[in-house]
Amino acid sequence: MARRVRPGRSGAALVIAMGTLTAACAAPGGNSPQPQATSASSMSAAPTCGSAPIKLNGYFEAGFPLPKALTTEFTKQHPNVTWDIREDQFAVITQNAPRVLADNPPDLMRLPQVSELVKDNLLKNLDGYATAFGWDKWPASQLEQLRLGPGGRPRGEGSLYALGLNFSMTGVFYNKKLAAQVGMSTPPTTLAELDHVLDKAKNAGITPIVQFNGGATGGLAFPLQNLMASYGPAGPVNDWIFQKPGATIDTPSNLRATQHLEKWIKAGYFPKDVNALDYATMMSRFIDGQGLFMFNGDWESGNLDKQMPGNVGFSLMPPAQQGGKLAAMSAPLTFGIAANAKNADCAAFFLNWVATDQRARDIGVEVGGSRPMGPAEAYMPAVAADKVTASTLAAGADIAEDNGAMDFIANATGAIYAKSWTPQLQKLVAGQQTPQELLKTVQADYAGQLEGN
Amino acid sequence: MTRSAGARSAHRRPAVTKLGDPRGLVGWLFVAPALVFYAVFVLRPTVLTFQYSLYEWNGIGASTWVGLANYGKVFTDPDLSDSLVNAFQLIVFFSAIPVVLGLAIAATIRRIAASRLALVARTVLFLPQVIPLVAAGIAWSWLLASTGVINQLLSIIGLGGVTRAWLGDFATALPAVGMIGAWVLLGLCTLLLLAGMSKIDPALYEAARLDGAGPWREFVSITVPSLRQEIAVCVTVTVIAALSSFDIIYIATQGGPGNTTMVPGLQIFYLAFSEREVGMASALAVVLMVLVIACALPIQWFAKDGNR
Repeated sequence: MARRVRPGRSGAALVIAMGTLTAACAAPGGNSPQPQATSASSMSAAPTCGSAPIKLNGYFEAGFPLPKALTTEFTKQHPNVTWDIREDQFAVITQNAPRVLADNPPDLMRLPQVSELVKDNLLKNLDGYATAFGWDKWPASQLEQLRLGPGGRPRGEGSLYALGLNFSMTGVFYNKKLAAQVGMSTPPTTLAELDHVLDKAKNAGITPIVQFNGGATGGLAFPLQNLMASYGPAGPVNDWIFQKPGATIDTPSNLRATQHLEKWIKAGYFPKDVNALDYATMMSRFIDGQGLFMFNGDWESGNLDKQMPGNVGFSLMPPAQQGGKLAAMSAPLTFGIAANAKNADCAAFFLNWVATDQRARDIGVEVGGSRPMGPAEAYMPAVAADKVTASTLAAGADIAEDNGAMDFIANATGAIYAKSWTPQLQKLVAGQQTPQELLKTVQADYAGQLEGN
Repeated sequence: MTRSAGARSAHRRPAVTKLGDPRGLVGWLFVAPALVFYAVFVLRPTVLTFQYSLYEWNGIGASTWVGLANYGKVFTDPDLSDSLVNAFQLIVFFSAIPVVLGLAIAATIRRIAASRLALVARTVLFLPQVIPLVAAGIAWSWLLASTGVINQLLSIIGLGGVTRAWLGDFATALPAVGMIGAWVLLGLCTLLLLAGMSKIDPALYEAARLDGAGPWREFVSITVPSLRQEIAVCVTVTVIAALSSFDIIYIATQGGPGNTTMVPGLQIFYLAFSEREVGMASALAVVLMVLVIACALPIQWFAKDGNR
């Protein structure tokens, strides 16, 4: 029994083990790259991909065919450029973004919320490219959400750190057949009219709104933000998302919006199992004709045109008062270049090509279903008027006119969606949270998260 | 077994000299790869996790030393402490149900051991072990959906009133994910207990029967006490599965609705990768590790005690 004890050998094992641990002595972190702004003065002409063979390294979102369609066309036009593309779910990209940008910097990457990435110097400052390519002459509202102050805060002003492949927008899709059944021939023009239609649908035994709200993604944030747009101006909501000093989500008009959402919940306008529905189930139910309305974005336009041709309409959320200003969640499909990307110039050239090449703009509309970015007078592809894509493109123009583009309230901080909006909205559905306390809690979580960063 | 300090040090000397023994060296060569792997992939991350838990760090930028502040937050932040409470509630489903039910099923199978039904039952019960947990989670979220098979069955037998979205309801989400865990672990426990039962001397049962014992008396007086070690293994494995649960819950509910199914494993993942609070995530991980050890060690001790 005593022979089993061999202190000398355990001591040697300990030395080996401790040897592997010596790396743990220093404080973690602090090895992030230094900021590298591309200065306009250093570029005598706009950069290109040259003519030598070049392989661009891309990190894209799985399930969205647009970026790949664009890269394929780009290679057709510029055969010296090939692509090495990695795809992941958006949630995975969100979780991976900082480490991937730091350890294995891609030339072009689909990005989640960017403030924290800019703070850690992980993204290339695109100001130089903006001047060289003339992006700074595009309508300012297109790039506003991609500009960040020093250290990543506030958003909405400062240097450009990313670009969009197109400009997505959300609103209300409706099933035309079911709409006809409840006597709705044109989309409601006021919130009261919308309430009236919802009530009629409910009485007719039709689910008024199919919406997801399960898991870690509270889809009631879509109708909630649309209601916020009905009740109040877009500016203060954007200030909050952009982390401007003193901004709060707990405002009287947002409270009225949250109370209105609670009224819809209590009236039974959402499916009874809304807290268990995920995005895919919502889509399949809407396509299956199991609901009149669905709050969602124009990224589904092309898909809906294919799945239920001629039977789907789209409108922006109506204002609370007749003739009130229109606003919508509307944001660029954000792509950035890693601070240490090998082929940054070629990646920037590609982003410029997406916004300016005629064929690329066609693909942006046909495959992406949203408005391409770019100069105000740029070529706009024609879309058949009976397609829902035509309605979403037209709505984009209305939003631009009313200056009503808002980023998504879920993008205010990296954790606000999963850790604050989602559980709070799920509690609102279960009757375990009041509108007043919901906004107070989200605001407190937001303040805590800003403090922690 | 007590030995004097002198005897211990007397033993130490020859052990040290043996390091030069070529046979000992060969032994070391055999152990070395495993040792290096263990040190690099188990010890190092454990120590690093403890180190990170003392800092406020987002995983990329510079870190700030905060001492034990993160540990203070683990116990005072209701979101984090609630997730620990949920994990302990899951023990009922992950551990109590599979062990108790496993004992009953194993005893039944043993009684009908000769029949083909026993073989079928064994195979069916063990199936969840060969299915990846992620697949089990997906399949169960379909079964438990508002239009799923479980609600359809309830409607058929006239219980339409209790149908609901089991994973989306505040009252039923935690028991629902618990049932998935119970289903997964039941087969493992049953097989372990069955194996244990086959080692019990049949003479014991014969003697009991001669003394007039019925099946229940046999079960309580012979089967259960003889299975002390197997039960301890089952309880250890399932308690650890409950406390460190992640995959089933990530797939079925992602912690929702409204944090009712949030468990420490998932919370650590969110803290590290979504909130980017690596220090807090590490502190919760260390607390979880200590809790798991604190729960598993007494069970081990209980099993050894029974062995003597």
